Amino acid sequence: MSIEQKQKEVFAEFNMFDDWMQKYEYIIELGKELPLIDEEYKQDDYLIRGCQSRVWLHANPTSDGTMHFTADSDAIITKGLVALVVRVLSGAKAKDIVSADLHFVKDIGLMEHLSPTRSNGLASMIKQMKLYALATSAGKN
Amino acid sequence: MSRDVYSKPLVYFDNAATTQKPRIVIDAIASYYTLKNANIHRGAHFLANLSTGEFEDVRELISRFIGSVEKEEIIFTSGTTESINLVAQSFGRKFLKRGDEILLSELEHHSNIVPWQMVAEDVGAVIKVIPVTEIGELDLSEIDALLTERTKVLGITHVSNALGTINPIKELVRKAKAVGAYVLVDGAQAVSHMRVDVNDLGCDFYVFSSHKLYGPMGVGVLYGKRSLLEQMPPYKGGGEMIKTVSFSGTTYNDLPYKFEAGTPNVEGVLGLGAAIKFVLELGMENIAIHENDLIQYATSQISAIEGIQFYGTAPKKSAVLSFNVEGLHPYDLGTLLDKQGVAVRTGHHCAQPLMEKYGIPGTVRASFALYNLKSEIDVFIVALEKAVKMLKA
Repeated sequence: MSIEQKQKEVFAEFNMFDDWMQKYEYIIELGKELPLIDEEYKQDDYLIRGCQSRVWLHANPTSDGTMHFTADSDAIITKGLVALVVRVLSGAKAKDIVSADLHFVKDIGLMEHLSPTRSNGLASMIKQMKLYALATSAGKN
Repeated sequence: MSRDVYSKPLVYFDNAATTQKPRIVIDAIASYYTLKNANIHRGAHFLANLSTGEFEDVRELISRFIGSVEKEEIIFTSGTTESINLVAQSFGRKFLKRGDEILLSELEHHSNIVPWQMVAEDVGAVIKVIPVTEIGELDLSEIDALLTERTKVLGITHVSNALGTINPIKELVRKAKAVGAYVLVDGAQAVSHMRVDVNDLGCDFYVFSSHKLYGPMGVGVLYGKRSLLEQMPPYKGGGEMIKTVSFSGTTYNDLPYKFEAGTPNVEGVLGLGAAIKFVLELGMENIAIHENDLIQYATSQISAIEGIQFYGTAPKKSAVLSFNVEGLHPYDLGTLLDKQGVAVRTGHHCAQPLMEKYGIPGTVRASFALYNLKSEIDVFIVALEKAVKMLKA
């Protein structure tokens, strides 16, 4: 499934919810369900510092240029959002990640979480994922 | 301010970050630009005289507001942060030398830590820190060991922004003076909540911001004793702060203008003047009583929430409620409160050393102001209960 298809899928899921509560209940559920990262990567080397919540990110590119990500956060809502981003980007080709427009966050009404003032580490995580992808795709050329 | 957020009436409990502005403050700013705008202290025309007069009247008002002896001891800056930087750089470079000690506390805002670290690094001074007890008070059992004849400066907050603890400034000043140290008090979180009298406190410097005192952003105050301000070199160069300029040398202006280079924030100063008149009219004692009611009520209501953990439970504290709920991240609580129209601050409150001491990433901080109501606290408690329920589900 392409990044675009996955974004549409997430949008369709969130479209079912009538109000912010159901939306956030779902995000919290996503956050709780996913043991996202191996403990060995949950340390400072993999830490993306947000002002308020911490995000850990590990990238594992395979030889064909596909990127696999695992991540985690100490805040449950951030963790749920992280899970969504990982779901959309993990398994995609590095070059597609570099050029991806992640409009789904805005589409599902969660844009506020990407604002720099929010400082939850999510925006920095997306930037870091793109940088990993860029490094991988550069290495392939 | 009265508005909806996410279709709910806003409950604003982030007053320690900045207060909302009363109509008379907004009107004072509008009136300045509508009727009085001119560059002050220069030009002999009508508007220049009018705005200069009003600007200087505010200086005098502030002097009375905090009890300084002369209005020349009141310097306008851009905020508390700039006031502290001014003292650290100007006073620090003149009076501090290698091996001298600067005593701060674990309660300090980063603004009262970093400027001192910068000057300490430059001159070779050493930073020492007064620890804080479990309930968020300064640990005064350590003070006699920390305050020595090596101590040149004590930089201390009047009221903790993260916990609300009110520090015993008068006693600290007395102890500091006994070893010959100078004292800067960070009053950013104090002036809107209580009557401040710098003469009574005995401190050498007192600093605060307009925007936490119902005034506009971008204006701050530095009070300094004349004898010290006169010995201190200018901090910034430019217009206004000079007497004569030539390329062979420049003589500096008298106080307070020596420290006010460039065109000042006239609208901001006039807005601050209106804000101070506003709180004086209400009466600082009345404000303190009302806010004390709010904090007592909020504390008793919130205590019923399972797993609540308070940070800062000193008997003497201002209208700040800093807390966590066991097992939950403050960011998650803050996000869900926000969705319900309740604005609180979450995070480390620019006091990372303090959060580190408690071993937490941050807290949720509800901070009250004179316009807050008990009914808003009820809304906040219901919203908090709902947030906790969602996160623990």
